[in-house]
Amino acid sequence: MAKLLAVTIVVIAILSAIPILRHTWVAPEDISTHGALIDEQMSETMAEAGISFLAAQFVLAFFIWKFSNRPAEAKITKFPGGAKGLVIAAILVVGLEVMALGIFGVKAWANVYLVPPGADAMPIQVQAGQFAFYFRYPGPDKKFGTIHPEMVNEGTQNIFGLDPEHDVDARDDVVAAEMAIPVNKEVHLLMHAKDVGHSFYVRELRVQQDFVPGLDVTLHFTATKVGKYEIVCTQLCGLGHYNMKAYLEVMSQADYDNWLKQQAGQ
Amino acid sequence: MRTNKAMLLISTLLVGSSFMFAGTVSGKVTYTGTPAKPKPIDMSKEPTCAKQHPTPITTETVVTDAGNTLDNVVVYVSSGAPDDGQVPAQAVTYDQKGCQYIPHVAAMHVNQELKIANDDQTSHNIHPLAKVNQEWNKSQPPGTPPIVQKYEKEEFIPVKCNIHPWMHGYFAVLKTSHFDVSKGGGEFKLPNLPAGKYTITAWQEDYGTQTADVTITGNETKEVNFTFKAKAY
Repeated sequence: MAKLLAVTIVVIAILSAIPILRHTWVAPEDISTHGALIDEQMSETMAEAGISFLAAQFVLAFFIWKFSNRPAEAKITKFPGGAKGLVIAAILVVGLEVMALGIFGVKAWANVYLVPPGADAMPIQVQAGQFAFYFRYPGPDKKFGTIHPEMVNEGTQNIFGLDPEHDVDARDDVVAAEMAIPVNKEVHLLMHAKDVGHSFYVRELRVQQDFVPGLDVTLHFTATKVGKYEIVCTQLCGLGHYNMKAYLEVMSQADYDNWLKQQAGQ
Repeated sequence: MRTNKAMLLISTLLVGSSFMFAGTVSGKVTYTGTPAKPKPIDMSKEPTCAKQHPTPITTETVVTDAGNTLDNVVVYVSSGAPDDGQVPAQAVTYDQKGCQYIPHVAAMHVNQELKIANDDQTSHNIHPLAKVNQEWNKSQPPGTPPIVQKYEKEEFIPVKCNIHPWMHGYFAVLKTSHFDVSKGGGEFKLPNLPAGKYTITAWQEDYGTQTADVTITGNETKEVNFTFKAKAY
């Protein structure tokens, strides 16, 4: 019976590795300048974790095969028994592996979070609230109007709580429910949560970042391919979470200029 | 027996006379100045609703009509007419269609039945933000029967959908059965008013309230007009 279990473990381990090795589930197309690094990191993590997983399963199967029928007096009843050295070695190996992943991953992480956006990056503010995303562009004056939380009124579509009557900077701000950006232009995304925690996830952009209420989180990225992509919330934020999404339209510069003009005219 | 007959005669005369000599207050609601431009509502995140509006709908906080008139203004008798306690038997319907509340403002009598229907292929979560009455919010998946509710106290209640942040409306819960919501060029009509002195109030969700006093002496129609000052922002 124990030998059957050992064989089953080996078979399951090998079967689960096949789709990964055959690349059955490919990652969605990458449309960002930083995505290649993230994909590389993901592949490395997958390879490292995969090899460790298979090795652990094979060792487990081997031990079951070899030692399952030991006489009662030979069984280890106290952890770690006589395997103290092996257990310490296993902890060190796993610890080193996790650390190595972290050290190599810094490259991909730093590129997104530690390198500041370029001076000409285009600022766009995104506000997440139950259960929709709204986007704000600073308009021709390149200045965002001040947010007044007490003036937020979705009934009048004053989503960001702007005060155009008294705040000149707010008058030309463009607010939209979809996010349009020009292709090959760096975007500096200023993230703002209206109520609870949310997340901004565009799989093709290889961007996934939480909104934290009370914190101004920023991100920067450059999209490299024209198209329409889905922005979804990946942080369970309440009853309508399933429905919290928006669209990212990556456009040519000319199309973007037209889009912005059209939005400003509304 | 004779007393009963006399009573019946008197009550018939009284009831009859109240209709025979009932007055009407009618008029228009207008504005001066320039109201804020209604903003288009982008429903792209809810495609089943977006496709119902080839031209995007706009915000309904201020709905203007031809000749500087205002629709969706609740006009009602705020004093003078005793609360007759006559709760209309017919329910007020409030529809969620194309991710929009129809009508935008629903006026009702205290304790009148309110039926809220979901005609969309998506879930809604209707949330009237009552402060005087009991607050509640209810999910309504597509295809479910109407939600039936009543409000016990007089209140103007903002209504929102917890799933679609652009959906906004109002419930006007009134202690009188003499009310109307201006439409078709800001017009309203309050019929069946017995002779007496009344205060008529007009309520607009963004511009506030205005009142006017009127005296009905018999079978007549009195014109009362309201003018609100528009806000540019």
